[in-house]
Amino acid sequence: MPMSKLPGFFPLAPPGPRWSQRFEELAEKAKDKPLKQYYQNGMISGETPLSEVPFVALDLETTGLDSKRDDIVSVGLVPFDLRRVYCRQAKHWLVRPLPPLSSESVVIHGITHSDIADAPSLNHVFEPLLEALAGKVVVVHYKSIERNFLAQAFSKRLQEEFQFPLVDTMEIEANVHRQLRWGWWQEMMGKKRVSLRLSASRQRYSLPHYQSHHAQIDAQATAELFIAQVRHHLKEDIAINTLWR
Amino acid sequence: MQAEQIEIAGFLSQYPPFEQLPQERIDALAQMVEVAYYREGDEILRFGDPIHDLFVVRSGVVEVYRRNGDLYNRLTEGGLFGQMGLLVKNQVRFPVRAVEDSLVYCIPEESFEQLYNEFEEFADFVAIEDSDRMRNAVVEQANPNDMTTSKVKNLIQSEAVVANRDISIRAAAQMMDEHAVSYLLIEDPELQLEEDSDDGRVIGIVTDSDLRSKVLAAGLDYETEVGEVMTTGLSALDHNAYVYEAMLMMLRNNLQHLPIVKRQRPLGVVSLADILHYESQSSLLLVQSIYRAQNREELALLLPQVKDCFVRMVNEDANSHMIGSAMSVIGRSFKQRLLELAEEQFGEPPIPYCFVALGSMARDEQLIVTDQDNALILDDSYQAELHQGYFEQLAGFVCEGLNECGYVLCSGGIMATNPKWRMTLSEWEERFGEWIDNPDPKALLNSSIFFDLDGVWGRVDWAEQLKSFVARRARRNNRFLASLARNALSRTPPLGFFKDFVMEKDGRHNNSINLKRRGSAPLSDVIRVHALAVGSRAQNSFERLDEIIEAGILPKGRGQDLRDSLEFILMVRIRHQAMDIEQGIDADNNIEPENMSEFERRHLKDAFQILSNAQNFLKFRYHSNRAGLS
Repeated sequence: MPMSKLPGFFPLAPPGPRWSQRFEELAEKAKDKPLKQYYQNGMISGETPLSEVPFVALDLETTGLDSKRDDIVSVGLVPFDLRRVYCRQAKHWLVRPLPPLSSESVVIHGITHSDIADAPSLNHVFEPLLEALAGKVVVVHYKSIERNFLAQAFSKRLQEEFQFPLVDTMEIEANVHRQLRWGWWQEMMGKKRVSLRLSASRQRYSLPHYQSHHAQIDAQATAELFIAQVRHHLKEDIAINTLWR
Repeated sequence: MQAEQIEIAGFLSQYPPFEQLPQERIDALAQMVEVAYYREGDEILRFGDPIHDLFVVRSGVVEVYRRNGDLYNRLTEGGLFGQMGLLVKNQVRFPVRAVEDSLVYCIPEESFEQLYNEFEEFADFVAIEDSDRMRNAVVEQANPNDMTTSKVKNLIQSEAVVANRDISIRAAAQMMDEHAVSYLLIEDPELQLEEDSDDGRVIGIVTDSDLRSKVLAAGLDYETEVGEVMTTGLSALDHNAYVYEAMLMMLRNNLQHLPIVKRQRPLGVVSLADILHYESQSSLLLVQSIYRAQNREELALLLPQVKDCFVRMVNEDANSHMIGSAMSVIGRSFKQRLLELAEEQFGEPPIPYCFVALGSMARDEQLIVTDQDNALILDDSYQAELHQGYFEQLAGFVCEGLNECGYVLCSGGIMATNPKWRMTLSEWEERFGEWIDNPDPKALLNSSIFFDLDGVWGRVDWAEQLKSFVARRARRNNRFLASLARNALSRTPPLGFFKDFVMEKDGRHNNSINLKRRGSAPLSDVIRVHALAVGSRAQNSFERLDEIIEAGILPKGRGQDLRDSLEFILMVRIRHQAMDIEQGIDADNNIEPENMSEFERRHLKDAFQILSNAQNFLKFRYHSNRAGLS
């Protein structure tokens, strides 16, 4: 479906948290060296226009949806900006989750027990992961998963607090459709809501079909979706603090 | 841990030129890719801007423009752009714009250069321009095959045996015996050669059968000069001709021996037996069956064999010239046999005449789907009240018969049955003179077919006479050439293919394309204009091109480009017709892009580009825009 140009809906949303200030506070508190380093690297100012923001798209595959019970099995990421996605710097790690894999989750992302038998524990991935995220704004599709699972992982394994700015492409997509003409009306009339899943959202921007449930491909897919959303609905000079949470 | 780029590698490996790379190189390349997204209408590359990537369309559609803003190309999934800019000073040469929301993979310059230096196929694909790619395609599709790639000179068993015309028959027979040959070429050392004669001093041939029938059976004195019994009017073939050309020439002229010459000097003589080693079946047998048929019904029964022969030649990778010539020989044989039968039925002709073939058959470019175009040249002693009835019957018999054999009646009425196209030799000369001296583009539109003519039966020398007349008269007649050129621009090629439809220059879409009307026919038209301009008497487009190239009126390399394009378009037509026949479908000249291979689409696009350029050049060369005003 073609989408009409919107004037940018974010002035409606209040500016998000002041991340650069919060990073300074978190750096003080952190004891783990790599994490301290990550916070010390700082965060860009919330006033930075989108066109100048270094982003990194991130995706986790997990054994289930409950961050308290389930754990991470793979992490994929790819740095990008509005101009390009830099596949050369993409990263992908398989990790050994704490509780055993349930057979349910295996079906979803195709990662088997033997795949991760030799995989490192997530603890070994923290350092390179933090390096890859340093100084960049994380973009995910559906923020609860990445935010909660990473927070849990750091707190369980290192007893540390891990917080970072997130832009959620699913939230953007939901806002776009709420704002589309008559969208609210259709919603009220009980019309079927448009699917906000990653692959369905990509289709609306003529982005190609990618196989899903592979952390690194989903990260790539999320990066492309975000660029397309900005190009269609936002202005490149709006401040990042209207988007990050 | 660096991530594999499964999606990107999987995509690249489906498209040329990446598909030919080793898998590990594709994987490595995929990791270097950067991805960019453009909205509909976005400018992707601007003329003159620096460029440091090769671009591959992942999804969506982009258009490539010439510097003057003309649409040059439209690319969809798998299409490449930016290569020219990378190769030439890192500056954008062809601006590019997204016409749909597009996702584009960008391959950095360093990776591009590595592949370019390491893999020849990759370099060829990205570096060469349309015309070169075309040429390579023609070479690629010509799978080596005896008949098509073997030159006739390879068949020569021994040096030509030549004798002076004044030796005795006995001495001649002794010479033949000594050299163990069944022929003797006879030369006249005193012959004064015209400057541009191809014939050399060889004036005739004597064969075993001549000795039998003209000497022994006739009881001739063995001391008679051999020149008395030789056969003159010798056909000879250049040593660079292909084996199949020798075969066709011998079939056409019913020859047992064919001298092979190099710069007028006979190198050797090839016999039909030599050739039969190469070609054991098909067209030869079919031609014989045609001559053995006793009536129209029997001839019509041969139609499936014609189709079989066509399909077989395609499957044996014959080239278009070979197939076109073979089909034309078969068509000619049908006409000759029908005329023989007609003369049996209606009696000896009251006055001499010549039956001429027009259009594709005259050009030796006949394929399987064709209508009949023909005419009659009558002796100047023709008197309507005395002779009209006979030629009406004869023409009716032949044209109906041809129709039964699959050569459908000409919808434009250009047939010997039409009294308009039964004229005396003088009337024909007058008519050609009129067409040439007072060119009216509209009238010429319907008569260009007459400028490809070939005598089939009867006084075929009259056809030659008309060809010479036209060649002399047309040569420097600029108004005529301009009118003809203008007509040659009336049928334009499409821009190319896009997804599963044909993209026209004005942006319209069609589901199929008539490759004859939009490809080979306009190419033949262009070639005809140049051929007439240089006074060529050749009828076949490839032979015309040889003479055009030799005359040097085309910019360097363009003649070769035209040859390659014609060959490619004809071969695509031929292949698709053969496929139709094999599937039991009526073959036609329409092709749906969805039925084309990626190879065909890509190269047809190049071929159309060359045709388009050739038409533009024609406009410029013959000022055809002004033809209507003058």
